[in-house]
Amino acid sequence: MTADKSSLAPVCVRRVCDKVWDVIVVGGGNAAICAAMQAAESKADVLILESAPITMRGGNSRHTRNIRCMHDGENPPLTGQYSEAEFLQDLLQVSDGNTDRELAVSVIRRSADCLQWMKQRGVLFQPALSGTLSLQRTNAFFLGGGKALLNTYFQTANRFGISVLYEAEVCHIRLSDNSFTGVEAMIGGKSVIIKGRSAVLASGGFQADLDWLEKAWGPPARNFLVRGTPQNRGKVLRDMMNQGAVTIGDASQCHAVAIDGRAPKFDGGIVTRIDCIPFSITVNQYAERFYDEGEDLWPKRYAIWGRLVAVQPGQQAFAIIDSKSFGLFVPSAFPPIEADNIQTLAEQIGLSGEKLTRTVQEFNAACRSGPFDPNALDGLATVGLGLPKSNWARPINEPPFRAYMLRPGVTFTYLGLQVDRLARVQGQAGPYENIWAAGEIMAGSVLRQGYLAGFGMTIGTVFGRIAGEEAARHVL
Amino acid sequence: MCSELTSAQSEAARQMRICNACRYCEGYCNVFPAAFSIDKFDAGELSYLANLCHNCRGCHYACQFAEPHEFALNIPASLAQVRNESWARFVRPSRLTEFFQKSAVSICLAMVILLASLLLLIEFGGNPCGEGFYAYLSHEMMVAIFLPAFLLPLLAACIGVRRFWHAMQGRSLAFPDLLKAAKDAGAMRGLSGGQGQGCQYESGDRATNHRRIAHHAAMYGFLLCLASTISGTILHYVFSLPAPYGLFSLPKLFGVPGGILLLAGTIWLAWLKLKSDRSLADAESWGGEMAFILLLAFISASGLALFAATGSAWVPFLLALHLGGVLTFFLSLPFTKMVHGLFRLAAILRFLQRRLSEH
Ligand SMILES: Cc1cc2nc3c(=O)[nH]c(=O)nc-3n(C[C@H](O)[C@H](O)[C@H](O)COP(=O)(O)OP(=O)(O)OC[C@H]3O[C@@H](n4cnc5c(N)ncnc54)[C@H](O)[C@@H]3O)c2cc1C
Ligand code: SF4
Ligand code: SF4
Repeated sequence: MTADKSSLAPVCVRRVCDKVWDVIVVGGGNAAICAAMQAAESKADVLILESAPITMRGGNSRHTRNIRCMHDGENPPLTGQYSEAEFLQDLLQVSDGNTDRELAVSVIRRSADCLQWMKQRGVLFQPALSGTLSLQRTNAFFLGGGKALLNTYFQTANRFGISVLYEAEVCHIRLSDNSFTGVEAMIGGKSVIIKGRSAVLASGGFQADLDWLEKAWGPPARNFLVRGTPQNRGKVLRDMMNQGAVTIGDASQCHAVAIDGRAPKFDGGIVTRIDCIPFSITVNQYAERFYDEGEDLWPKRYAIWGRLVAVQPGQQAFAIIDSKSFGLFVPSAFPPIEADNIQTLAEQIGLSGEKLTRTVQEFNAACRSGPFDPNALDGLATVGLGLPKSNWARPINEPPFRAYMLRPGVTFTYLGLQVDRLARVQGQAGPYENIWAAGEIMAGSVLRQGYLAGFGMTIGTVFGRIAGEEAARHVL
Repeated sequence: MCSELTSAQSEAARQMRICNACRYCEGYCNVFPAAFSIDKFDAGELSYLANLCHNCRGCHYACQFAEPHEFALNIPASLAQVRNESWARFVRPSRLTEFFQKSAVSICLAMVILLASLLLLIEFGGNPCGEGFYAYLSHEMMVAIFLPAFLLPLLAACIGVRRFWHAMQGRSLAFPDLLKAAKDAGAMRGLSGGQGQGCQYESGDRATNHRRIAHHAAMYGFLLCLASTISGTILHYVFSLPAPYGLFSLPKLFGVPGGILLLAGTIWLAWLKLKSDRSLADAESWGGEMAFILLLAFISASGLALFAATGSAWVPFLLALHLGGVLTFFLSLPFTKMVHGLFRLAAILRFLQRRLSEH
């Protein structure tokens, strides 16, 4: 029985090109697999084309840990309640109102039964991870994280009889007038045409295409690190744009956080995040501070630091703490640079010792005594500095001292395909007849700016399900 | 305990630092919650974590940083190496552990030698007046061989676990801790995968409870066999009722189902081990572990055969085989996989202690 097979058993599909598939799903992340399962449950014959090899399948979704859902109190592992109104309020706030209200409300409503749907397809959850208790009411954590989630989904997909081709990169969506006829994909170094009656595009954003980023951002983009998969180069998005699909958002908008400068160019994931900024002074190459490190609670501020670092010379910065702050934050995967005095520390990270010492001294002189509370806005602010630190301002004076080098790490981009409530992709002459989109590739349709933790998986799951259902309905 | 780390230990420390920054696997087992409260991974702490790990592999299939990712995480294999090293480190003489771990052959060799000498003993040391198998090997002779062969190695193992306990900075034991640890170990909670879905051991990334059930069978079978031996000893000494015992005597009531369970469990475990991915375990001790499982299977099989052959001419031959197996098992006990039970129990105890002191 196929149900007994591990999802890692590769499906060898020779007959792929000889037939016309009911639904072709482009991509192998959360949105793609949700769409595929939903379509297959309506008895459609489904093919998934994933550009990554099987060992690295699942795009950025493999790096995730949770999904945000509204609920009325009976939805383990979530605690308490999270109402539609509160969810919407949170979204409007983080996006500065740059939200499509109608789509947002529809996503929020449909998030209510997501956990149930996921559990029915084998997904296991765990209580909020240590250090993330603030999310336990709103975000459900996957046991083992996103890769485990995807393993489970691929096992279920296998049971549903869905075919998956790995290392199959889609380069072109074939259209005839307003209607999809098939895809062109690179498989084993050859370009092949695969025919289908409908398509779900779920191939993520374009953040791994550094040329594209450079066009939007200028040369500094070369120094950006990409936190997720190298696969999301926006090939399908670009191809659809070239063929006249309507897009939303602009290419310079991206979600970027400050990550460890030693992180790999791609796929460094969650473990490269640097969470010590609120307890630090953070300086640029010239050993000068450039932003209020203690402006607000870290979960509300971490997503601005990618951009802040991106506009510093060399696209790098250095967070400096003393021993008082060790253990107050989740450590990064890389050991920090450590020294017993500021002079030596500066030399180790390539800064002027004299300048850094002066910056630290000025800062220390501006600190005042008062109660310190790492978990709340404690109002422990500097006095008299041109650039204040508004909370958690304690002098950097107890050795050993530690430094972390920071670079911008791009999580995802916002420019995407415009869809309607039923996930239909819009062409110049109205919606395409048989093309749907889900996940990051269309997330800009819902919000064009800002981000709410766990909402990426909500969009992918909700729109994946809609897209799969609609695509299957169209052909059957 | 701040000694230099071995290469396996430094590798485990490197990997655990990454886990500490990630924490996604917190829900699988006790290893991750334990690691998150450690800020410096020294040799003692690493041995502690390694002995908490049951090699269920859940964390490996879940890991977005597993090969071919450049971080190359492989927690189950890394901890297996540290675990095996830790037994060699704490149980003296270390050489013997390394010897038994690295070569399955060594165990077989030891067995053959023991068997041969036993057969010889039976030829010359039998007491024709004895009953049952005592006709072949006098009870006194058996006790003279088995008591030291049993107690000395057990002592060596206990001293090893004690040293391990100190390396983990364990506190003195309270009864409720012991009870809870025995319950955890008894239910094989570590093989539950966190939520009862089981291990991802023999079917790739799919979780099953096969390993847990097989291990249950082997462990409880083993304990029943032990109970059988103990009840036999008590019957012999306290009630002056020497063997052989009838089918409805305590030793047989424990021994027969115990033997069957142990046999079934070990054969199943061996089969699962064959199907499992060797790169997620300590490759160097694979043979030694397999030989250990098969040794247990052999003991149970020969014991059952001995029971079935009661009164036939096969008895002396089977007896020699069975006792040879048992003797091999006891003598090698501190140096084989068998110590994992004791070390595991100690690590779980320590985990419970620490959790209590954190709250
Ligand atoms: C480190 C990190 C942590 C995150 N944590 C969270 C979290 O906890 N919760 C949350 O909600 N969001 C999180 N996000 C955001 C989240 O990853 C995305 O919102 C979500 O995964 C998008 O899903 P998707 O299916 O649209 O895209 P992806 O999961 O990226 O999938 C895109 C797929 O398309 C494939 N592909 C790309 N191009 C082609 C092509 N031409 N042909 C064929 N296939 C192609 C890729 O290989 C990939 O399989 C995180 C992101 C990162 C980087
Ligand atoms: S094994 Fe991988 S996924 Fe699990 S905690 Fe460690 S780094 Fe994270
Ligand atoms: S292999 Fe299993 S028991 Fe070992 S650390 Fe990983 S999840 Fe925990």
